[in-house]
Amino acid sequence: MILDYTVRTVALGAAVLGAVSGALGTFAVLRRQSLLGDAMSHAALPGIALAFLVTRQKDPWVLVAGAAVACWLAALAVMAVVRQGRVKYDGALALVLSVFFGFGLVLLTAIQRLPDATQAGLDKFLFGQAAALLARDVTVMGLLGGTAIAILLAGWTRFQVLSFDPDFAHSLGLRVRGLDVLLTSLLVVAIVIGLQTVGVVLMSALVVAPAAAARQWSDRLGPTVALAALFGAVAGASGALLSSVTERLPTGPTIVLSASVIVALSLAFGPARGLVWDRIRAARNRATVQADLVLRALHALARGHEDPHHPHAEAVLALSLERKGVRRALEALEERGQVTRAGPRAWALTEDGLAAADRAEAPR
Amino acid sequence: MSPAQAEIQLIAVLTAVACALPGTFLVLRRMAMLSDAISHAILLGIVAGFFLTGDLASPLLVVGAALTGLVTVAGVELLQRTRLVREDAATGLVFPVLFSVGVILVSRYAGSVHLDTDSVLLGELAFAPFDRFVVAGRDLGPRGLWLIGAILAVDLLVIGLLWKELALSTFDPALTAALGFSPVALTYVLMGLVSVTAVGAFDVVGSILVVALMVAPPAAAWLLTDRLPRMLGLAAGFGAASAVAGYWTAHLLDVSIAGAMASMAGLVFAGASMVAPERGVLAVVRRRARQQREFAETLLAMHLQTHEGRPEAAEECSLETLHRHLRWTRERTLATAARMRRRGLVEEGGGLLRLTDDGRRRAAEALQR
Repeated sequence: MILDYTVRTVALGAAVLGAVSGALGTFAVLRRQSLLGDAMSHAALPGIALAFLVTRQKDPWVLVAGAAVACWLAALAVMAVVRQGRVKYDGALALVLSVFFGFGLVLLTAIQRLPDATQAGLDKFLFGQAAALLARDVTVMGLLGGTAIAILLAGWTRFQVLSFDPDFAHSLGLRVRGLDVLLTSLLVVAIVIGLQTVGVVLMSALVVAPAAAARQWSDRLGPTVALAALFGAVAGASGALLSSVTERLPTGPTIVLSASVIVALSLAFGPARGLVWDRIRAARNRATVQADLVLRALHALARGHEDPHHPHAEAVLALSLERKGVRRALEALEERGQVTRAGPRAWALTEDGLAAADRAEAPR
Repeated sequence: MSPAQAEIQLIAVLTAVACALPGTFLVLRRMAMLSDAISHAILLGIVAGFFLTGDLASPLLVVGAALTGLVTVAGVELLQRTRLVREDAATGLVFPVLFSVGVILVSRYAGSVHLDTDSVLLGELAFAPFDRFVVAGRDLGPRGLWLIGAILAVDLLVIGLLWKELALSTFDPALTAALGFSPVALTYVLMGLVSVTAVGAFDVVGSILVVALMVAPPAAAWLLTDRLPRMLGLAAGFGAASAVAGYWTAHLLDVSIAGAMASMAGLVFAGASMVAPERGVLAVVRRRARQQREFAETLLAMHLQTHEGRPEAAEECSLETLHRHLRWTRERTLATAARMRRRGLVEEGGGLLRLTDDGRRRAAEALQR
C-alpha cells in the first residue's frame, strides 16, 4: 500500500508543501502577518481561473503563475487601501479577501458554463484534492518550494533582523522595503504550491498552524523554522494520505485538522510554557502553600500545650484553617517526615516538623 | 421581471442591508477579520444544528449556529490569553479547525444535509423562491425572505436600543468603561449580531462572501463620511445597490449571484476610493495639480519682483526669453503667465511681464513664509 505509486506521489507532494509553508509561515507568524496569508490564499482563486480562461490549459506552471500574480495584486491592494488612510489593516484584509474570492467564484461559474469539458477539475482548488496530484505537479511544487527555501537560507540573517527588529535592520543600512517584498513573495510561493492540495479556502491554516506549534518548542529562530517545516510535512503527508484512501474526505480540511492536532499537543506539552506543565506547576505551588499553612496551624495549636508534640484532630485543623484538602496536605507533610499519625484522624508534629515550622515563622 | 426574480432581489437586498449594519461597527472597531472567522465557523454550527433540528430555516438552528460564532470569538480570546500565540495567529488557528470539521461533515453526509460544498461557498439564493413559507395552506412568500427579514429586524432593534452605548464603545472604550458600561459585554452583543446575521446570510451568499457584504459597503461608506448615522445609511445603500447590480450581472452573464454581488461591492469600494473627498484618488490628483500651479505662479511672481525696474528686466522678464531663465518649457511659462494675467497678478506691456500690486503682494507673502 505504502509503495503504491499514486499514494507515494500524494504523500510526497503534501509533505513538500507542508515543509515549505511551515518554514515560511514561521516568518509570517513572527511578523504578525498570519492573516495576510489568509487574504492572499483566498485571492489566488481569480488568478487561477483567469489563467485557465486565457490559456485554456491546466498546466500546473500556468495556473501557479496566475495564482501568484493574483496573490501579489491582493497584497498590493491591501497596502493601497491601508495607505489611503481610513480603512485599517484588518478591514483591508477582509475586503480584499472576500472581493477577490467573490470575483474568483464568478469566473469559476463562468468556466463551468464553457462548452469544452477540459475545465472540469478547477473545483479542486477550492478545498484541495490530493488524490489528483500528478508526478509533474509534485515536481513543480518541489522546484518552487526548493527555490524559496534556498532564497530563505541565503538571506537568513537579513530576514532574521527584519523579522525581529525592522528599525535596527534599517539602521544597519539593509534595504528593508526590498527585503519585506522578497519575504512576502516567498510566502506567495508557499501559498501557491499548496493550492492544489489544500485549496484556497484553508491554505492559510497551513501557514499559521505549523509555525504556531513549532514556536512552543523553541525560542530560537533556526530550530523553530526547522520544526515548523517538520510539523508541516507531517501534517501534510498524514492528512493527504488519510484523505486519499478515504472516500468523501476532502483533503484541505483533513490536513488542517491534522495540523491542528499538532498545535493542540504543542500548546499542551511545549516544554517551557505548555499549558499542562503550567497546570502542574500551579497545582504544586498550591500544594506547597497549603502544606505550609497546615504546618503552621499545627504549630500554633501545639504552642497552647506543654508538649509541642501533642496530637491534634484533623477536624480541628480544618476548622481553624477554614480550608479543604487538609488531609492531603497532612499526608504530604507525613511523607516529608514533618508530622506523624498519632491516632485515627489525629496528627502531631515531629522534631523535623517543629524545626521547619520555627524556620517558616522566623522573621526574615 | 418575474415574481421569482423580484423575490430573489428582495432577499439579496435585505441580506446586504442586514450585513452592512453590524459590519459598519466591525470595520470601525478594527475587527473586520473576525467576520471572516465567524462566517467560517458558523458552518459547523449550521451542520450540527441541521442534524439536531432537521430544518435549515429553523430559528433554533439560527440561534444555535450563531452560538458557534460566539464560541469562536471566545476561543480566539482564550487562546490569546494563554499568551502562547498572538491575536492574528489565534484567529488564524481557531476558525480553520471549525470550518474544516464543518466541510468534512458536509461532504460526508452530503445526502442527508441539504448542503454541499458548492452551496457552502456560493449560497443558494437562486433556489430561495422554491422554498415557500406556508401557514395554514396560505403561501406567505419564500421562507428565506422571512428569515432574513427577521434577522434584519433584530439588527435594527438591537442597534436602535443600544445606539449610544455601541457608538460610544466603538470610538472610546475607556470612556465607556468609566461611565459604567461594559465594553466587553457590548463587544459580545455585537459579535452575537454578526453571528446571527452571518447565519442568515449564509444561505444567500455562502460563508466567505458574507465577509464581502459585511466589510466592503461599510468600508466604502467610511471613505465618504465622518458621521456614524450617515455611514450606516450609506453602507446599507451601497450593500443594496451591490445586491441588485450583482443579481443582474449574474443574470446576464449566467454566473454565480453571490460572487457577482461581492464583485459589485468591491467595485463600489473602488469607486468610493476614487471619488472620496480629500483622500480619494481624484481629490489627491486634483490637489497635486493645484499645488503645482500655485507653486509655479509664486515662483514666477518672485522672479519678476527680483528683476523689477532693473536694467536686466528687458531680458529676464520678456515673455520670449522668460522660460530660459526659469528653466521651464516655453508652453508652461506662457500658460502660467496667461493664468496669472487672468487673475490680475501680472500685466503685459511691450512684450514684458510686469507685476500688479496683487502680484507683488503674492511674492512678498511667499518671501515672508
